[in-house]
Amino acid sequence: MDLLFHIGRYFQLIRETFTRPERFGLYWKRTLEEVDLLGVKSLGIVALLSVFMGAVITIQTKTNIDSPLIPLYVVGFTARQSTILEFSPTIISLILAGKVGSTIAAQIGSMRVREQIDALDIMGVNSAGYLILPKVIACVVINPFLVVISMFLSIFGGYLAGTLSGLVSGEVYLQGIQTDFTPYHVTYALIKTVVFAFIITTVSAYQGYYTQGGTREVGISSTRAVVYSDVVILIMNYLLTQLLLI
Amino acid sequence: MIEVRGLSKRFGRTQVLTDINAVFQKGKVNQVIGKSGSGKSVLCKCIVGLFEPEEGEVLYDGRSFHNLELEQKRQVRQEIGMLFQSSALFDSLTVLENVLFPLRMFGTMDEAGMLDRAHLCLKRVNIEGKDRLFPSEISGGMQKRVGIARAIAMNPRYLFVDEPNSGLDPQTSILIDNLIDELTAEYDMTTIMITHDMNSVMEAGDNILFIHEGRAWWKGSREELLRSDNKELNDFIFASGLMRKVKDAMKR
Ligand SMILES: Nc1ncnc2c1ncn2[C@@H]1O[C@H](COP(=O)(O)OP(=O)(O)OP(=O)(O)O)[C@@H](O)[C@H]1O
Ligand SMILES: [Mg+2]
Repeated sequence: MDLLFHIGRYFQLIRETFTRPERFGLYWKRTLEEVDLLGVKSLGIVALLSVFMGAVITIQTKTNIDSPLIPLYVVGFTARQSTILEFSPTIISLILAGKVGSTIAAQIGSMRVREQIDALDIMGVNSAGYLILPKVIACVVINPFLVVISMFLSIFGGYLAGTLSGLVSGEVYLQGIQTDFTPYHVTYALIKTVVFAFIITTVSAYQGYYTQGGTREVGISSTRAVVYSDVVILIMNYLLTQLLLI
Repeated sequence: MIEVRGLSKRFGRTQVLTDINAVFQKGKVNQVIGKSGSGKSVLCKCIVGLFEPEEGEVLYDGRSFHNLELEQKRQVRQEIGMLFQSSALFDSLTVLENVLFPLRMFGTMDEAGMLDRAHLCLKRVNIEGKDRLFPSEISGGMQKRVGIARAIAMNPRYLFVDEPNSGLDPQTSILIDNLIDELTAEYDMTTIMITHDMNSVMEAGDNILFIHEGRAWWKGSREELLRSDNKELNDFIFASGLMRKVKDAMKR
């Protein structure tokens, strides 16, 4: 019952978000601000995570292969496959849900409890569109870039770990990451990323927009934004994988 | 003129407003008074359509608000200026940008014209040289005044002010009252002012509505108010010793 109510209201909010903006110039400016806040400012954490994840994947793969029948270049191959298929699109999106989702819910939620959304509505502004649309567009556009950067850095992290620890030589690693490369896998990853970006922004905005009460509830909304975004991402990840890879 | 007919509102099981009927006149400051929690802010939000009342209707110069489509509602809303009890300034925008906001959103002026208009409104509320500060960097009284400047930026036909002088010193408070009076007369607006400041009631109250437990308990002018023998109204008005003295003086 409750779930149906939320789903209905969520889609209604999305419809309002995507109705025609009153001033394109203002929306454009807001979108650029959001690209900076939600995208560029996430670059650091994405880079850090990617390098270390790639490094760990490489070391673990190598230490788990003890059969002499499996050639060493498989280490590079595995690092590339897990990075492109799962680590960069999904794990990075989950991390972004934590960072970006909580920011969005807290920001919109505090505007709600401090009557600023009412103030927008009173002026005759489409508050959902004005507040949410620039965030959705910003993330849908910028997250694929973040994920591509993450792919490179993760594979590079693997290279570093492999060569520095002497587990696998640079030459063999590079041979591995070029083996059986399927460009479609990158497309698949980017489709996932775009869908996840949409989920993160809209689910979090929904939590913020319908916050009731005070600062305590803003905190609760912010937590919910992350949890629900994560759950929906994981479900969609499963569905999309079945749809796109089988 | 704004007319409220048979308006009722509840939240879950709590009935907050019951069958409110009232007429708010044009060119006047119409006051709504009542105890804390009596439902004044909720009434105000029902009138502007932020809350959907269960029953009743609101007429803006004859236009029934609740029957309008969302788009038409937004049109009417562009004729409304509102100061919220919490000021509700956008805290990511500076003082100047706050006042510019409605102009940029709906105005037809060029950038220079908008800036002029925003500065004029800020000057009108005695705020100058604070353009670049953020709402968190100015005092509560200044926030209220910036809120008023933002509310009047678009030359509204209807002005709502929710407790413009709560928490302000008497001097600033009088300044704001006078300002609202002047603006109302100047632009011939229909102004609805929520207050529990007896000073403002005594200054400006021609058309006073007393809300008690969510009902329109009493209506009248300030002279009638002082003479009224309505018990709840008297309890509210003469809670302070000063007001009792005023009443005694009037009797003599
Ligand atoms: N969003 C809401 N949900 C549930 N109940 C509410 C809501 N807003 C107000 N109420 C209830 O309605 C009643 C009237 O509140 P309102 O804010 O109108 O009081 P008020 O007369 O403006 O008081 P004050 O002078 O303190 O501002 C209160 O009992 C309050 O608990
Ligand atoms: Mg109130």
